[in-house]
Amino acid sequence: MTADTLRRSPLGHLADVLAAHSTGGERGVRLREVPFLAQLDLQLHPHGPAAQRIATALGTPLPTAPNTVTAGGPDDLQVLWLGPQEWLVLGPDGSAPTTAGLLRAALADEPGSVVDVGANRTTLELAGPAARHVLEKGCALDLHPRVFGPGRCAQTLLGKVNVILHQVDAEPAYRLLVRGSFTQYLTDWLLDAMEEYRHPPLPA
Amino acid sequence: MLLIACPWCGERDELEFHYGGQAHVAHPADPEALSDGEWAEYLFVRDNPKGPFAERWSHAAGCRRWFSVVRHTVTHRILAVQSNHPTAADGTKPVTA
Ligand SMILES: [Zn+2]
Repeated sequence: MTADTLRRSPLGHLADVLAAHSTGGERGVRLREVPFLAQLDLQLHPHGPAAQRIATALGTPLPTAPNTVTAGGPDDLQVLWLGPQEWLVLGPDGSAPTTAGLLRAALADEPGSVVDVGANRTTLELAGPAARHVLEKGCALDLHPRVFGPGRCAQTLLGKVNVILHQVDAEPAYRLLVRGSFTQYLTDWLLDAMEEYRHPPLPA
Repeated sequence: MLLIACPWCGERDELEFHYGGQAHVAHPADPEALSDGEWAEYLFVRDNPKGPFAERWSHAAGCRRWFSVVRHTVTHRILAVQSNHPTAADGTKPVTA
């Protein structure tokens, strides 16, 4: 398809740079882009009949607890809570048309909306033992495991940039959804914050 | 910096919020009937108390919902947070600081 051969992700040209700055080991931290995730913004009343139909269609209930994520379904979709009647449905590249069709059919004529926002943000994945320490340099949320863990998400500021933060693994591993025009800046910020973990700690 | 308890997201830095001015300013039922002075009063004139003040805040960098806060204008202590969203089951939540 023409669209597939022409499309570019905001960090596609920096994949090698991100890999070169990623490190392993007990102080390691890795950064990569997960481009072209399907992203659908969903708005509807959380307790109406459509919410139940949508849960059935997706194979997972819509999360009603603030800043939590549910996952499931044959397409391995993830549903992030964005507000009391707003969610972000994430899926693999190319799944948006099918999922949007399911959601629209389930919504039927109840008040609500299903909007493809896949071009809005790209996704960064920050993972490794030092990942939380990197985020803590520019994010005011308490990300300690006693408060924040896998299955949690938050809309917040990182390095003064609006992000959707989603912890996907206890390693820890985080996904950061960031608007395309802020991606280069946030990547520069992250690479700078990651720099110290490429070197052994100074002796105490 | 204030730590404001969003009714949904919990405590977040003031930087994540947008200020919306005095709460409970009712839109005139019949704007046509107002004099220019009364209309200007509605548009521009707000209370400026020394003490508890009910005001609107939006969690702009978070869940983007509007809610009300009672803040003491001298101490900045937040005395209550209230959502009037139809799906919020909790009503007014007193904040203990
Ligand atoms: Zn909030």
